Amino acid sequence: FERHFSIIFNVLHLKISDYATHSVIYLCCSSLLFPGLIQREGGSMEQEMGELRRYRTQSISRGEFALSDSFYFYRKGLESIVDDQVTQRFSSEELVSWNLLTRTNHNFHYISLRLTIIWGLGVIIRYCVLFPLRITLAIIGISWLVIGTTLVGFLPNRRVKNWLSELVHLMCYRICARGLSATIQYHNKNNKPQKGGICVANHTSPIDIVILANDGCYAMVGQSHSGLMGVIQRSMVRSCPHVWFERSEMRDRHAVTSRLRAHVAAKRNLPILIFPEGTCINNTSVMMFKKGSFEIGGTIYPVAIKYDPRFGDAFWNSAKYNMVSYLLRMMTSWAIVVNVWYLPPMTRQEGEDATKFANRVKSAIAHQGGLLDMAWDGSLKRDKVKEEFKEHQQKMYSSMVVGTKARNSQEPHTESTKS
Amino acid sequence: MGSRASTLLREEEIEEIKKETGFSHSQITRLYSRFTSLDKGENGTLSREDFQRIPELAINPLGDRIINAFFPEGEDQVNFRGFMRTLAHFRPIEDNEKNKDPTASEPLNSRSNKLLFAFRLYDLDRDDKISRDELLQVLRMMVGVNISDEQLGSIADRTIQEADQNGDNSISFNEFIKVLEKVDVEQKMSIRFLH
Repeated sequence: FERHFSIIFNVLHLKISDYATHSVIYLCCSSLLFPGLIQREGGSMEQEMGELRRYRTQSISRGEFALSDSFYFYRKGLESIVDDQVTQRFSSEELVSWNLLTRTNHNFHYISLRLTIIWGLGVIIRYCVLFPLRITLAIIGISWLVIGTTLVGFLPNRRVKNWLSELVHLMCYRICARGLSATIQYHNKNNKPQKGGICVANHTSPIDIVILANDGCYAMVGQSHSGLMGVIQRSMVRSCPHVWFERSEMRDRHAVTSRLRAHVAAKRNLPILIFPEGTCINNTSVMMFKKGSFEIGGTIYPVAIKYDPRFGDAFWNSAKYNMVSYLLRMMTSWAIVVNVWYLPPMTRQEGEDATKFANRVKSAIAHQGGLLDMAWDGSLKRDKVKEEFKEHQQKMYSSMVVGTKARNSQEPHTESTKS
Repeated sequence: MGSRASTLLREEEIEEIKKETGFSHSQITRLYSRFTSLDKGENGTLSREDFQRIPELAINPLGDRIINAFFPEGEDQVNFRGFMRTLAHFRPIEDNEKNKDPTASEPLNSRSNKLLFAFRLYDLDRDDKISRDELLQVLRMMVGVNISDEQLGSIADRTIQEADQNGDNSISFNEFIKVLEKVDVEQKMSIRFLH
């Protein structure tokens, strides 16, 4: 029954959303959102410099520097001030049409009475009907997880215990998923992660775990928390092995890698679930994968997760919202609609180092999920960018200045006064 | 249900900025969203740190100079007006603007104002001359550690020699314009804003 209800609900919502979009266009709202603020032009540094220097009539051997060289850097700099590729990944995606949630309403002005009424109805439905339902389900789900796994933990027998533990886990995650009104579509189930493997996926929010665990059992990897999370973690470990690290252990990379390696080596253990980006990204792109996960060995099962932004913004902006307010926002969205693609397993090839392997997996995930493949590090959310990148730019430019210096050294210099 | 960004920017302000910079209404509101998203302290002004948080700008060799251009003499904060005024230099030149008002002062994005902007990025002490030292500073920023002092010095000398016409061993603004007269400044120093 619930399946039919959610299908009808989704169709209805799409219809309303389309209507809202059309009325907006009809009323010629001047602040319709466009995907970008500027159009980036220009080719590589070499190309641009070549064009800038085209006016020079003197021979090139007289020195490769032109006063106009700096224009390239000025323009690039100003372009990045107006619209840069990185900082936008750490805040929620802007939508082309409005989905009747105020939280995605950045630039829309007051449009019409009709739309406001529809929006008001939406608020009532979301907060008064859907929300209590979902909260109940979530509470049931989590308590059953704790109780069920603790009970299973008392069993001695191996096979029965594993089977029961999987059952308990799956049931709880399914209840939790219902608690978020998550509609998940799994593709290519034949590529599902096997025991003894490592599952890597792009990271948008803590809900990713619930999404993936609805279809199979994974061994979770993470930091051990205190409080409610700690209780959940400790009870989960009783029924099947997960890998929880103390905060101090996390800093020692070797300790982490060897522990994970031990887990993977025991072929009967569940596949590990890892998010190599290290932080939540807003689901429009995939940022740099940390190579640590790819040094463990074993088979990697990449998974691409894409949320449909029209139904709710799943991205967790940890700078703006804490976990509790994030979950409340999730439970008062329309729904969570996700597509999950299981990609064919990959292993590290001969002579390929961990970084290259990580990039290969990243591209595959980005390609499947329709996300932008970016080389920027997700930790730029909090940290400064490394100096190396600037030095790289300087090196590239220097080679354009020095280019024909070998020829120049034979020419006599008459003006060499140093002040 | 009003938009949060625009309620902080009054219509009169938008009109004033429009007149001063030539940006359209929608461009101004979008740039205001950008301004507020960069303003982590949420106090209506940007500091140098706010700019440096943009990774693509942090790795730009001339990033610091560009950031400096936004801040008026000796100040540490720039408000939205100042932000727009600096950005206006990079607005493309449109043909129909030339017919608008012949008595009005030169728009911020005219060719000579674009060149003046670039000139000021070289001429740090604002004495209207690019001295050898100032040129060396910018060169050093662009090439990093990859070129020796001697080589850089001779490049600087050559450049000044080419441009200098009145023999004062520095480049004035008029000499600067003359050297770059064939460069397509309108295209190279403009950003294509979408409406």
